[in-house]
Amino acid sequence: MNSYVDKLDEKSASGRAAWKPSRWMNMQNKADATMRYVFIISAALVAAVIFSIIVFVGMQGVKTFAGVSPWEFFFSTDWTPSAGKFGAFPFLFSTVVLTLLSVVFALPLALAGAIFTAKIAPNWMREILRPATDLFVGIPSVVYGLIGLTVIVPFIGKVVKGTGYGILPAAIILAIMIMPTILSISEDAIRSLPGRLEEASLALGATRWQTIWKVLLPAARPGILTAVILGMGRAMGETMAVFMVIGNSPQMPKSLISSTTVLTTAIVKDMGNTNYGSTWNNALFLMALLLLVISLLLILIIRVVARRSELK
Amino acid sequence: MTERHKINVSKLNLFYGDNHALHDIEMTIESNTIAALIGPSGCGKSTFLRTLNRMNDLIDGVRITGSVAVDGQNVYGPETDIVSLRKRVGMVFQRPNPFPMSIYDNIAYGPRIHGTKKKAVLDEIVERSLRQAALWDEVKDRLNKSALGLSGGQQQRLCIARLLAVEPDVLLMDEPTSALDPISTLKVEELTQTLKERYTIIIVTHNMQQAARISDVTSFFLNGYLVETDKTDKIFTNPNDQRTEDYITGRFG
Repeated sequence: MNSYVDKLDEKSASGRAAWKPSRWMNMQNKADATMRYVFIISAALVAAVIFSIIVFVGMQGVKTFAGVSPWEFFFSTDWTPSAGKFGAFPFLFSTVVLTLLSVVFALPLALAGAIFTAKIAPNWMREILRPATDLFVGIPSVVYGLIGLTVIVPFIGKVVKGTGYGILPAAIILAIMIMPTILSISEDAIRSLPGRLEEASLALGATRWQTIWKVLLPAARPGILTAVILGMGRAMGETMAVFMVIGNSPQMPKSLISSTTVLTTAIVKDMGNTNYGSTWNNALFLMALLLLVISLLLILIIRVVARRSELK
Repeated sequence: MTERHKINVSKLNLFYGDNHALHDIEMTIESNTIAALIGPSGCGKSTFLRTLNRMNDLIDGVRITGSVAVDGQNVYGPETDIVSLRKRVGMVFQRPNPFPMSIYDNIAYGPRIHGTKKKAVLDEIVERSLRQAALWDEVKDRLNKSALGLSGGQQQRLCIARLLAVEPDVLLMDEPTSALDPISTLKVEELTQTLKERYTIIIVTHNMQQAARISDVTSFFLNGYLVETDKTDKIFTNPNDQRTEDYITGRFG
């Protein structure tokens, strides 16, 4: 009876009485349960807000097709709301061209910057470059627009002897805006690669450039792709800076330096002039829906890319 | 500096900032031998190994004095091209580090960066290197699959094959089996015995049985000093220095 095991048993039996929660523990448990509900409700609320935005914009947008056929909306180039013509093709077309062009401008610079900051710059320079890059992201877009309007547009106008408005200045401004985003995400992707890849390559007699180009960049490709997609999303959704330099004529662009309109600026320009419920107003909602759907798709692609790279 | 020594190290000192990590190392290594470097953690054996193909250049604040010569050529001479040095003095690391590409592209990487472009030549190099590393039969049907799908032991042999593809003279191995299971370890050890016929191998190991099994000469490092170098049999049966005996009999380290 006096063995160690028996004593242990006694102890736990007497201990069991103490398992009744004290007043303090009771309060803690209640707080725990309450917090749980607070978090669940918050999460549900966020989801509900996003969901209702999609539903509201979607319902308003779909009503457009009562006044215009889908075929006309998506493929006609005639946007004359006063005459009941709602062809949004020029806006879609310009949006796609502008987005791609700005990525084409931004990507080489951003990648070069990312490689430099991640692999070549000495430490003290990196300490300066990284916060500087972050600072870029925080500049309000209207400031970029202002610079585009007062520097880039007149410059292009002078060179080509025209107004200087159009996709080209907008793409330049957007490239500057999305470059820091692409740069810092790509840089993270490159820096997070294990050092052994670099060592392995150098130990085989590769130069630094061969190592970067043939080993590090391919290995960082999923991260770089994510960066590009985020940059594209930002370029596509940007309104103010584009509005100030693109010219805003509702027509197909004849060249990169002729006035045109993209989805975002079409909404900004016309929203104040329309009555709620009119076909014109609904068409703008439909454009908003398109933007929403495209950015959701981009996010989806990021997720797929991220998951693929995890599997490896 | 006589010609017959493959590697000749004299008065080698290495500093990490203020930390004096290697003291007056003197060593000669002959062709077609396996030299094992043993010693407790932090004794400087890996650091020493990395001075031989200048991998320490990657670390900031490293200062080196003295000389390291491979085939009579000073590794730290001003005219030395690091890229051609590393092509001749290759390295296998502690953890297998295949590139995230196919098995074929991993092996072909070295020849490609050194200018081989012809598919037929590359095919031949890939097969020969994989055969030399005793991996060909296991992977010949999946050369285009990712190298990351191989087991740890296979990955390490892939890294050895990748190194053989650039045709070095000297193989530096930094604890090549410490991340492997016993069977893979055995395979890599057997591999070193066949590779010895064509290469000079210097291997850092924590495993004293391994050093005894595979090496011809063994050097014992302690606190940044080279305590003694001798024939492996001698080191493990009748070392000259008391500290070596203490270490190999397990009295410390």
